[in-house]
Amino acid sequence: MSNNVANTPEARLESLASSLKEHFSAEGYEVIEHLSEVTLVVPRDQFRTVMQLLKSTPQFSFEEMIDICGIDYLSYGQEEWQTKGAPNSGYGRGVESPAAADADAENRFASVYHLLSITNNVRLRVRVMLNTACPEIDSVNDLWPASNWFEREAFDLYGILYSGHPDLRRILTDYGFIGHPFRKDFPLEGYVEMRYDEEKKRVIYEPVDIEPRTLVPKVIRNDGSQLPDNQDKQDSADA
Amino acid sequence: MPEIRNYTLNFGPQHPAAHGVLRLVLEMDGEVIVRSDPHIGLLHRATEKLAETKPYNQCLPYMDRLDYVSMMCNEHAYSLAVEKLLGIEAPVRAQYIRTMFDEITRILNHLMWIGTHALDVGAMTMFLYAFREREDLMDCYEAVSGARLHAAYYRPGGVYRDLPDVMPRVENNRFRSAAEVDRLNSNRGGSLLDFIEDFTQRFPTYVDEYETLLTDNRIWKQRTVGIAEVTAERAMALGFTGPMLRGSGVEWDLRKKQPYAAYDKVDFDIPVGVNGDCYDRYLVRMEEMRQSNRIICQCVTWLRENSGPVMIDNHKFAAPSRKAMKEEMEGLIHHFKFFSEGYCTPPGEVYAAVEAPKGEFGVYAVSDGANKPYRLKLRAPGFAHIAAMDEMTKGHMLADVVAVIGTMDVVFGEIDR
Repeated sequence: MSNNVANTPEARLESLASSLKEHFSAEGYEVIEHLSEVTLVVPRDQFRTVMQLLKSTPQFSFEEMIDICGIDYLSYGQEEWQTKGAPNSGYGRGVESPAAADADAENRFASVYHLLSITNNVRLRVRVMLNTACPEIDSVNDLWPASNWFEREAFDLYGILYSGHPDLRRILTDYGFIGHPFRKDFPLEGYVEMRYDEEKKRVIYEPVDIEPRTLVPKVIRNDGSQLPDNQDKQDSADA
Repeated sequence: MPEIRNYTLNFGPQHPAAHGVLRLVLEMDGEVIVRSDPHIGLLHRATEKLAETKPYNQCLPYMDRLDYVSMMCNEHAYSLAVEKLLGIEAPVRAQYIRTMFDEITRILNHLMWIGTHALDVGAMTMFLYAFREREDLMDCYEAVSGARLHAAYYRPGGVYRDLPDVMPRVENNRFRSAAEVDRLNSNRGGSLLDFIEDFTQRFPTYVDEYETLLTDNRIWKQRTVGIAEVTAERAMALGFTGPMLRGSGVEWDLRKKQPYAAYDKVDFDIPVGVNGDCYDRYLVRMEEMRQSNRIICQCVTWLRENSGPVMIDNHKFAAPSRKAMKEEMEGLIHHFKFFSEGYCTPPGEVYAAVEAPKGEFGVYAVSDGANKPYRLKLRAPGFAHIAAMDEMTKGHMLADVVAVIGTMDVVFGEIDR
């Protein structure tokens, strides 16, 4: 995959996707091509080997770790706007925190890696699904030192444990913060708020007194009417 | 003989050279840094979580507040991500306007950087010079969007409105003398493009002025040459992007390598450093300002010659005009839908990145088909840079820490998000 063979972005992606498919054809792997981006889904137990391969094989040579982030798939695809009971009880804006019951027990969390190959000028997304009870995955800190803080961040916000990380401390939240705030079952308002107490002469923490409110409910429309290529059809139907 | 032990020094978060709210815990051996541990997050506002509760169009103003000295570049990355999800593209004129304002933003950012960096290292004059030029560019921001900082000018599908035909003039007021007002208005007689063109003609001279003050300045060189050297390999391993990577000699610029907007249609060069020290990064950024000026000139020429829409003509993703909203039933419906529910994107995930002044600013958006992003991850260039703080300051003196913070061009809005 040298530069003179594949020069257009499409050709580069194509050649990356085909070599990925060649290398990772076993069960559990998946190569997704969507919106001119390539995603590689890696099974948990193979993760470390795959990352080593992506870093060191000249064909891939992903020198830069651009980003690592966690995702919580708890309420993926769940709407907040309940309109079923309309005739009797009015529209319900039932936007309590999403029900955790139907969360997929195996695959609630994911750790997503964005890699960049400067040699081949191509990007790759690697996703590994994590166990819900104990979201744990090997650290890639020794392969890409840039991972250090990104992994700390994912640990802080999602509680994903990166085993082998030299210094897995919280990074963005307050000293002594409890919980992992970006999980979908953590309320947006949080649990505690902080103020300076005049009498005690120090900063104190109190239960939060902001009322949760949803200004715009989450709506999922998959009838296709929102897609741009349906616009002409819509317009002619309207006219 | 007295016992010698390491000191732990707390630098910031209220230190003027910390560029915001950086807290550094420095372990010192005399005046030499043994270990530095940056504590970030003091400006953490959970932008990504807030974005999960807002429709796509309402998330946009949050982007301004990330890197608050290069506002429009953040908007650009976000708009590109949403456009990619939706499968729409901004009109050509909007692409050129975006290119032009990205470069104006780059100059704004680099002026802020050179001002504060030089101030930290001891050159007070630079700060005043840089802010003189920033004022003109902020007026461009204001003319086009109404806001000097948080513009919210780029929108998914284009830009908010076309460039104004009349550059707003300074009015007489009791804070300014009549002569001062006349001086300010002297280049504001025409359109915004005239004003920008006038600026691009003046700006190279300004850069020369800065270089006269700094490039061969003995003190400046003593403070920056050989400080915090990073090799090309190490820079890539540490996830550096932008001038930090180019300063180490890696020719990598998204504007050239993965072009977006109108960057493949304009002519410019990528400056690259050699030694990877603070001085090389300074030189790279100075040259970038000149190159940005070149790009702006080309965009002004194009924008003068070509007219056209600046927003996509699809009222699912762009609000209809005020007139259409008031007079047409359909316009009213589109307006109501757009501002209440927003629009839904097809399920999927995208990563869109732009070459922000500080490096690669990326937006990773996951959609489950709803009108709000399911997950929005913002990849801030400064986050990776400041993570390398320990490595870059180790073995240097305490005073060099300030130079290193300056050379990283950190802004806590984007690092803490």
